[in-house]
Amino acid sequence: MCLGIPGQITAITDPTRMMAMAEVSGVRREVNVAPIVTGALEDVVGKWALIHVGFAMAEIDEDEAAKTLEALRGLGEAQETLEAMAAGDAALEGRA
Amino acid sequence: MKYAEEFRDPKAARAALDAIARVCDQIGATAENPVRIMEICGGHTHAIFRYGLDKLTHPGIEFIHGPGCPVCVLPMSRVDECVQLAEQPNVIFTTFGDAMRVPGTRKSLLQAKADGADIRMVYSPLDALELARRNPDKEVIFFGLGFETTTPSTALSIQQASREGLTNFTVFCNHITVPPPIKALLDDPHMKLDGFVGPGHVSMVIGTHPYDFIADDYGKPIVVAGFEPLDLLQSVLMVLEQIRDGKATVQNQYARVVPEHGNPVSIAAINDVYEQRPSFEWRGLGEIDHSGLRIREQYKAFDAEEKFGIGYATGTRSVQEPEGCECGAVMTGRMKPTQCPMFGKGCTPEMPLGALMVSSEGACAAYYQYGGARAVEAAE
Repeated sequence: MCLGIPGQITAITDPTRMMAMAEVSGVRREVNVAPIVTGALEDVVGKWALIHVGFAMAEIDEDEAAKTLEALRGLGEAQETLEAMAAGDAALEGRA
Repeated sequence: MKYAEEFRDPKAARAALDAIARVCDQIGATAENPVRIMEICGGHTHAIFRYGLDKLTHPGIEFIHGPGCPVCVLPMSRVDECVQLAEQPNVIFTTFGDAMRVPGTRKSLLQAKADGADIRMVYSPLDALELARRNPDKEVIFFGLGFETTTPSTALSIQQASREGLTNFTVFCNHITVPPPIKALLDDPHMKLDGFVGPGHVSMVIGTHPYDFIADDYGKPIVVAGFEPLDLLQSVLMVLEQIRDGKATVQNQYARVVPEHGNPVSIAAINDVYEQRPSFEWRGLGEIDHSGLRIREQYKAFDAEEKFGIGYATGTRSVQEPEGCECGAVMTGRMKPTQCPMFGKGCTPEMPLGALMVSSEGACAAYYQYGGARAVEAAE
């Protein structure tokens, strides 16, 4: 449960809370980008990051993202993370 | 049995395995007198079994599985406290799914949920924050669990809750840190460890310097590693080369993700919100000095222990682990999972008795899942 999953930041959604939309293995999920912001907030859009429990923890390049995702799929961790994201959405709706 | 051909780059894997064998021979490592390398991170333990690295590498290497699975080192007393918090009226208790099946003295969180407690699996503490915003008449408690990779997420969430003035959001803090249990293991006269494979994603937060003591004070090599099987092989090779050359340094095989000084935003958030506890209890390892974090006075309104008078706030501690469970001996490398009398009998991933069987990062679950015939044979 200490592994991050690669995702690409696609848009800033809430500048005050430093929230952005990320695409993780085909799934869209709002994440906090505070740990990877070093300059203007908008600069993170388009970048790849390792995302852990809803936070972009480290910026990585696209090649590293692809390799990491493959390694996580091999361990079943990628699927687990996507299921956890779905469970989180369900929890907000009171369905889990 | 796995084969090097399964690797993304079989040629590189074969070369690494050959180099490992060569250095093992140079050191004189044999199955009878192996080099003992601890992989600290549970994700690495999982990868070693998934790819059969313990079988592919030279027999002169023995992997000792470290305490780096936060679910596995969670003592029963903390699970009991989770259940107690969750069974209060008017509470929504939120947790990562990994923790749901860890057995407590009376029940697991999964059983408490079945019995009617409002327990919700979330992906992120941000989900818990959102639940608090949407349910102002409920107390939303988040079960903060994990090593330094996860700690910034709850620290940043508490800072956010504080900025918003939320009064119904608290964290039950069980965050722990990697270096203190490593020191405790190195201080244990029964442990014989020759080197370490360091955690990758923990290190992307804290950097590599927190491991300096392993090399400087204990004279053992440590190599921070990535999660691809080839990363692990290269890291094991780097540890072996240091041993062969009589060196002990901190090396970073995963520099493409791990900066030497970690992530400054995350470190600042951790230091702002948390401070070290005098000690914290680890399953199988007991109380370890300065190994756990608690919420600082400034943020105590967000501390579930303070708000609900539970846990270390009450002073009464310590619960016996279940009879026959040898998680402690396995965790400290004194016993292989298959040597535990409960392995595969009273304790399986479906019905875990001990925490090492619960998470896919636990050594027992990894043996059970990937050990196949050898695990069953050894247990019988």
